[in-house]
Amino acid sequence: MANLVIAEHDHGSLKAATLNVISAATAIGGDVHVLVAGHNAGAAAAAAAQVAGVSKVLLADNAAHANLLPESAAAQVVAVAAAYSHILAPATAYGKGVAPRVAALLDKAQISDIIKVIDADTFVRPIYAGNAYATVKSSDSVKVVTVRGTAFVAAATTGGSGAVESVAAVADSGLSIFVSAEITKSERPELTAAKIIVSGGRGLGSGEKYREVLTPLADKLNAAMGASRAAVDAGFVPNDYQVGQTGKIVAPDLYIAVGISGAIQHLAGMKDSKVIVAINKDPDAPIFGVADYGLVGDLFEAVPQLVAAL
Amino acid sequence: MKILVPVKRVVDYNVKVRVKADNTGVDIANVKMSMNPFCEIAVEEAVRLREKSVATEVIAVSAGVVQCQETLRNAMAIGADRAILIETDVELQPLAVAKLLKAIVDKEQPKLVILGKQAIDDDANQTGQMLAALLGWGQATFASKVEVAGDVATVTREVDGGAETVAIKLPAIITTDLRLNEPRYATLPNIMKAKKKQLDIFKPADLGVDVTPRLTTLRVDEPPKRQGGVKVADVAALIDKLKNEAKVI
Ligand SMILES: Cc1cc2nc3c(=O)[nH]c(=O)nc-3n(C[C@H](O)[C@H](O)[C@H](O)COP(=O)(O)OP(=O)(O)OC[C@H]3O[C@@H](n4cnc5c(N)ncnc54)[C@H](O)[C@@H]3O)c2cc1C
Ligand SMILES: Cc1cc2nc3c(=O)[nH]c(=O)nc-3n(C[C@H](O)[C@H](O)[C@H](O)COP(=O)(O)OP(=O)(O)OC[C@H]3O[C@@H](n4cnc5c(N)ncnc54)[C@H](O)[C@@H]3O)c2cc1C
Repeated sequence: MANLVIAEHDHGSLKAATLNVISAATAIGGDVHVLVAGHNAGAAAAAAAQVAGVSKVLLADNAAHANLLPESAAAQVVAVAAAYSHILAPATAYGKGVAPRVAALLDKAQISDIIKVIDADTFVRPIYAGNAYATVKSSDSVKVVTVRGTAFVAAATTGGSGAVESVAAVADSGLSIFVSAEITKSERPELTAAKIIVSGGRGLGSGEKYREVLTPLADKLNAAMGASRAAVDAGFVPNDYQVGQTGKIVAPDLYIAVGISGAIQHLAGMKDSKVIVAINKDPDAPIFGVADYGLVGDLFEAVPQLVAAL
Repeated sequence: MKILVPVKRVVDYNVKVRVKADNTGVDIANVKMSMNPFCEIAVEEAVRLREKSVATEVIAVSAGVVQCQETLRNAMAIGADRAILIETDVELQPLAVAKLLKAIVDKEQPKLVILGKQAIDDDANQTGQMLAALLGWGQATFASKVEVAGDVATVTREVDGGAETVAIKLPAIITTDLRLNEPRYATLPNIMKAKKKQLDIFKPADLGVDVTPRLTTLRVDEPPKRQGGVKVADVAALIDKLKNEAKVI
């Protein structure tokens, strides 16, 4: 039995989510190999080879993979798939694009967003925005799974001694072309990897207020910044700030929800945080039902006081 | 060109589902069912493309129980021209749905299939990508903007770090994200009109598709309950708790 982890990377280094997937693969048991499909991606492959638990890295280095498009990536995975009983990818925008294509090309079911490995065939995954956990068993010979990063500790980035092996790259699919990217630049920790998150909702009222009120708090705590869907839809912040069922799933040590009511779709993205603080003027807001510490009051007074006192 | 829009009937997003006492699944008897919100956005986008004369016909398709007809009528009230139900009581998993949809694509030859990025019940986020793979088509998932010109769709996608724009060759698959559009409300006259629109029904066997599930749900559990904590009196008390009790700052 051998597991293939589809690495998410930026050619030069691995994305953090890849390390969580390697842990899930280790939990399944058997050898853990990592596929790096990229362009001039030797550094990412070398990094993967160092990760604890990885015994081999397959490097498919070709211009076809320069923009990490899912059509070529899936074809690349299928080209090397024969040797593997399990194929794993992170449940990120990248992994979600690639893994189902791989599953369909292999005529296998996919098990999405697993949070626990029971045995080599059986996994736990959340359904209904995390309101239920389904234990599902696959009867397929090959299991294609995506992994929820927050549910598995990251594998150590050192301690491995995998060999890097070059594999023949597939040709560019020609089905899609990368045009451009607008990636939000931030000095802050990445939302899904942050220890502390300060998150704002519609209660902030505007983008200016969101920044004016929450930025000093996030600065003090060296926190990442998140938001509810209502705040994103109203244009306070870009879409990649969204936490929730259809946004990012986070589980920091401390999640501070400011002016967020606590809709189930929002809770789905943050209720596994270790400690939750809610600041809301409505004492009956559902967010207080999950918050360890609730402060009922006007956020425009409470947050500046908090900043001053820290 | 034709656009095919698969729509799924799901538990309404306002319903908080409960796990059945015998842990065999969630209790969806007598709960409100609606069209998956992402599918509504897909229908709206397709109808807008027809209104802009990019498309000539919008066909809604659903796979599932007989009540999915309501979901299809709803899609036609938003503006889909006709509908197809693939009727089955079998538990459909995404690979099976993708194979059924492929059979419909083979019949109808649409240039574009617009799906929801995920269904809010199973949260699988698979069907569109699987269909793209089965057809050998390109895909643009998590779309927040779609422009079609000639044989190319230029799609802005919501990705983890922000946004990305790709150009895909038609025929192709697009899956919708929340900010693509705001679906219109179906007006009463349009709801009435929808009742008269054509709705064809097939069985999976008519399409030659084996829908046997590959995954078995062994059990379904309530997630660990998070206990609500305490309300603190003021900011000073909050800081004290975070420092000395939770020790997170
Ligand atoms: C298919 C679907 C998917 C969704 N996915 C997501 C998702 O991924 N993430 C997500 O977040 N939502 C999601 N939603 C939306 C969700 O249902 C809610 O609409 C949203 O989370 C509400 O955001 P909010 O809490 O900021 O706004 P509101 O519900 O409007 O809450 C604002 C809160 O601010 C408080 N407030 C106002 N002023 C002040 C003040 N001065 N001081 C203190 N408190 C104040 C109010 O008391 C209120 O509780 C989804 C919805 C659907 C249908
Ligand atoms: C535990 C469990 C219990 C289930 N019980 C039932 C049941 O009692 N009855 C039942 O009918 N099914 C049942 N199903 C099947 C399930 O409802 C879905 O049809 C299937 O799993 C597809 O997953 P998804 O919708 O999350 O896919 P996603 O990939 O998240 O869906 C994305 C998009 O694909 C399209 N799509 C998905 N499904 C359909 C569809 N059926 N018709 C048209 N378009 C579609 C929509 O555009 C949707 O937005 C069950 C599945 C599981 C795992």
